[in-house]
Amino acid sequence: MASELRLVGVGVRYGGVQALDDVSLAVAPGRVLGLIGPNGAGKTTLINATTGFATLAAGSIVLGERRIDGLPPHRIARAGIARTYQNIRLFGALDVRTNLAAGAYAQAGRLSDDDARALLARAGVPDVPLAATAAALPYGDQRRLEIARALAARPTIVMLDEPAAGMNPAETARLVTTIRAIAGEGIGVLLIEHDMALVRAACDDVVVLNFGAVLARGTPAEIARNPAVIDAYLGTSGEATA
Amino acid sequence: MLAQQLLNALFLGAVYALFALGYTLIFGVLDILNLAHAAIYMIAAFAAYSLVADGLPLPLAAGLAIVMAGVIGILLDRVAFAPLRRRNAGTLVPLISSIGVAIVIGAIARAVYGIDERHFVEGGLDATPIHLGPVTFTSLEAIILATAIGLMFGLSYVLRATVLGRNIRAVAQDRVAAALLGVDLERTIAATFFIASALGGAAGILTGLEYNAVSLDLGSQIELKGLAVIILGGMGSITGAVIGGFAIGIVETLAVAYGLSAWRDALTFGVMFLILVARPAGIFGARALRSA
Amino acid sequence: MNLGTFYAQHSRLIDQIGINALLALSLSVSLQAGQLALAQAAFAGIAAYVSAIAAMQFGFPLAAAIAVAIAAAALAAAALAYPVRKLRGIFLAIATIGFGEIVRVVANNVDITGGAEGLSGIPNDVTTPIIYGALLLVALALVALARTKFALAVKLTREDENAARGVGVDVGMVRFASLVIGGAIAGLAGALYAHAFYFLTPTDFGFARMEQILVWCVIGGVTSPAGAVVGAVLLSILPEVIRPLADYRELTSGLILLGVILFVPNGLSMLWAKRGV
Repeated sequence: MASELRLVGVGVRYGGVQALDDVSLAVAPGRVLGLIGPNGAGKTTLINATTGFATLAAGSIVLGERRIDGLPPHRIARAGIARTYQNIRLFGALDVRTNLAAGAYAQAGRLSDDDARALLARAGVPDVPLAATAAALPYGDQRRLEIARALAARPTIVMLDEPAAGMNPAETARLVTTIRAIAGEGIGVLLIEHDMALVRAACDDVVVLNFGAVLARGTPAEIARNPAVIDAYLGTSGEATA
Repeated sequence: MLAQQLLNALFLGAVYALFALGYTLIFGVLDILNLAHAAIYMIAAFAAYSLVADGLPLPLAAGLAIVMAGVIGILLDRVAFAPLRRRNAGTLVPLISSIGVAIVIGAIARAVYGIDERHFVEGGLDATPIHLGPVTFTSLEAIILATAIGLMFGLSYVLRATVLGRNIRAVAQDRVAAALLGVDLERTIAATFFIASALGGAAGILTGLEYNAVSLDLGSQIELKGLAVIILGGMGSITGAVIGGFAIGIVETLAVAYGLSAWRDALTFGVMFLILVARPAGIFGARALRSA
Repeated sequence: MNLGTFYAQHSRLIDQIGINALLALSLSVSLQAGQLALAQAAFAGIAAYVSAIAAMQFGFPLAAAIAVAIAAAALAAAALAYPVRKLRGIFLAIATIGFGEIVRVVANNVDITGGAEGLSGIPNDVTTPIIYGALLLVALALVALARTKFALAVKLTREDENAARGVGVDVGMVRFASLVIGGAIAGLAGALYAHAFYFLTPTDFGFARMEQILVWCVIGGVTSPAGAVVGAVLLSILPEVIRPLADYRELTSGLILLGVILFVPNGLSMLWAKRGV
């Protein structure tokens, strides 16, 4: 498909450990793929490998027609993949406006203030002042600023690494709306999350990782019923135990 | 001939190692390069000279000067580093502040001791040559080497077998965790500065004795050589500083032996540069302080 | 005392201040990219010798000598950039210091540079207007550069290299470019120095000089080129201002340095900087 992200048989090794083992998945434009699994299952490693921060020991990663594994991170970013980080990596000392300009770095031209506010609106925080220092923003706003920065890159694929961490249920529900809206724009979304309510509400499909390998895949409902997944990760209450 | 060169390298390397240990201790514990280290090295040499000139026996003078160097180290931390630690000022700013202290120490040395080169004993010290098979050295050199090695073993003992040593290694590994586990950070850091500066001071005194010359620019040569030593050995590694010191000593001695004396420094820094490019961690490198 | 007499009495200092400002700017370019690359003094030294030798041995006119010198410094920077490309922080600092020492030893031992005695009788045709004209040009060029995407890339590289890569910044290229631009500016400063003071020795651009330049930049504000210039100017004037203190000059310098850094650790530029930029 034109701008689908495909991982085929991806393997990554760190020292002696097989961090990812024969992982295949696809993120299609306009659809949200959830990636769940216990801590250490390889979820962030998968994002790192896709964005060029980890070398593949096996397999390939393709965006549209183009093979992207092996490319340096900045070229992969320019190819249309944007991400947020598990531990928030904004340019903290810089202001909101500059953070958004950073996101749009690879785009031609400058980011106008109107464009900047539009990005913040799409990320669900239209009222954050452009002149505010990023690190001084409230935690929830920082997470959304990171999403806005990712959107500034006009990405084909957005990868969100635990965007709901630390959010209360109300904020999480608003995040679902934001994520679905992003997909609605035709962007493919990969969502790493532990919050199963969020996964159920936001994702079209889910892939479960365990010990670096794909344990199961299906719709959120199918996954919630899958005995192997329940055993490894969900527990009988249907909530993530990791 | 080779044996003699190696022995010369041993004498040179021992002092380099002693000096570098001071660098590496502070770097291991605080992640800062202390650019006042060479100034302490210099002023300790002057202090020892001055005490000897006043009639004190050499061992006592040296001992007092070493303690003085340690105390200056503690003051250095109090004045230049501790206030910045509290304000989370990063690693570049303390570097500059150590330069400030170095300038102040230099100015004090000039004011107190004047600009002339001094000699421990006019006409040379007890330098009876000793012949041992293919090699020749003086009793003074033997004492210098023994002192240096003794101090290194002393450091190793402190780090391995005392509570203070354990605390130092803990703070070097993870300052926050150490504090959480009850280590008194400021006391440990002060003790580290005492030890590091005492060792640096000792190196200065030994150098002054070796060449029977003490001058204001005593530190200028070794200041940067010390960097080469700790890069070679690995920043933060005690064993590395020792091995690195002797290795650089060998590089320089052989350079002189083969007629490349003028290029000696270029070789030292060339080796250092190669290590940085090929294996920045050095021979024994890692962030945390390693014991000998 | 009128302006003419003042200038006549202090012309050397005035020239030195202009050159120091250029040196500070050259380091500032690297510091803004987050690189503690302490080789600017060495680049200036290389350019100083190249310019002097070009003029004295090969009869180059001033402009040509300076141009060749700048090219030599930029080339040296480009050559150095490759082996140190993976080094960060203190390791980069030490590697570049080592480079500087190697350059000093070479200058000390090679015939064409006059060895330890250096070169004298360099054509003395650089005047104060030339120095300040060059400074103005460089300042204007940097101001223009500050409006470009490159300047944003530099800022992002300094703040967080990996996040910068994540938004498409070619960090390797930013580091390389900042080192070479800094090298070229340092080269200009060195070449001007050679022809302004007509006498050159290997220690003129050694570690002591590099330390000085670093102090100017940190005092002025690590990420602020204007701060770097302010730091250079103030600290260059300081020895003259405290001259009446005679024997206490060195002590006063050290104490002032300590005082400033302890009270304004982020540099004097914090006194006038905008937030969050």
